[in-house]
Amino acid sequence: MDIEKRLLEGDKRAAARLISLLENKNQDALNVLKKLYHKSGNAYVIGITGPPGAGKSTLTDKLTKALRKDGKTVGIIAVDPTSPFTGGAILGDRVRMNELSTDPGVFIRSMGARGHLGGISEATASAIKVLDIYGLDYIFVETVGVGQSEVDIVKNCDTTLMVMVPGLGDDIQAIKAGVMEIGDVFAVNKSDRDGAKRTAREIEMMLDYNKEALWRPPVKMVVASENQGVDALIESLHAHREFMQSNDLFVKRRAQNAKNEVVELIKERIERTILDQSKREEKLEHAAERIAKREIDPFTVVDDVVGKMNL
Amino acid sequence: MDKLIRVLVAKPGLDGHDRGAKVIARALRDAGMEVIYTGLRQTPEQIVNAAIQEDVDCVALSILSGAHNTLLPKVVELLEAENAGDILVIGGGVIPTDDIPFLKEKGVKEIFTPGTPTQTTIDYIRANITQ
Repeated sequence: MDIEKRLLEGDKRAAARLISLLENKNQDALNVLKKLYHKSGNAYVIGITGPPGAGKSTLTDKLTKALRKDGKTVGIIAVDPTSPFTGGAILGDRVRMNELSTDPGVFIRSMGARGHLGGISEATASAIKVLDIYGLDYIFVETVGVGQSEVDIVKNCDTTLMVMVPGLGDDIQAIKAGVMEIGDVFAVNKSDRDGAKRTAREIEMMLDYNKEALWRPPVKMVVASENQGVDALIESLHAHREFMQSNDLFVKRRAQNAKNEVVELIKERIERTILDQSKREEKLEHAAERIAKREIDPFTVVDDVVGKMNL
Repeated sequence: MDKLIRVLVAKPGLDGHDRGAKVIARALRDAGMEVIYTGLRQTPEQIVNAAIQEDVDCVALSILSGAHNTLLPKVVELLEAENAGDILVIGGGVIPTDDIPFLKEKGVKEIFTPGTPTQTTIDYIRANITQ
């Protein structure tokens, strides 16, 4: 496939097309990724997550501009939700990044979550690899606005930046399990608003409980729209990178991520195989109707379907 | 798996009114398409770069400022220069009927003026993108 050569030559269109093909589970595209996989792993991947409207896109825009000043090239993968009803989506993260559109050292790609619930899409891991092979120094992955439990991003990046804003809840929210646990660096955005110091203090108190942690996540105050605090935030991101790399934690985390990726891919493959087969036999809908009428239970149906797979 | 249609909805030029663009974006979303919305005051260069990075099938340009005869052909021209002339370019907004033949001659494939049912635009995109 000629797309392989073009990708290695740094052809933007080839990278963009390959991502689309991977989103659509195109086998030829998967083969290209298999072949070039050994060329990935050079980009530093930073996940950016946080609740809707926290300013993730605006902050991504400012972080990218700061890295560009240092001559680094940057990829941005921005995920937005897909409609569960139509499969359609409005991907609007570029609105905050328009000045980057014409920068040849920046590649921005919007992705719909396409039914995946963890804050990113199924193909996001592959898209990261494509931009990595394409040759970018840094890749930011901006998740959909998350609630409390969308933590898939942490399995796909080297450093997770958690973007918080004042006024979302009390200190009990901060000590709940879930997204608050995955931040390697915290940013309190819109920190010119009331309650910002309190939000920062609550995050710090939550972090105080993790006494045995080797890395203490820094909590930085920023106002992304005014470009305030962005340089200090970049320093914190670099500090985490250096900490990870000076230990063998960097390699360990990548291995852990690879393990997760393999498990995810196996799950996807099995899910698709089983559902394709049950669809072909038109059994699933029939079974679903019977379950709804309480003629049969879902567990027996699963035993039946999986039993036939000889797993 | 079915290929999802991806459409870039953009507003070239200086008018600050994007109600129409948002209505179209929403209609295309409800028709099961992925819509990349880039917002107001885009230059043709920004639009073309976004179209390429996003690997869209269609660029839908909404313009109300009167500068359509300059900006719309420029988008087509830049796409061709980037070897992306296969991307369908359509336009919408306040565009006088007399200007439509000129725009079509310049490679804008169709113009949808105010009052066009959104379904017409949806059907047109489905029928005319490069598969």
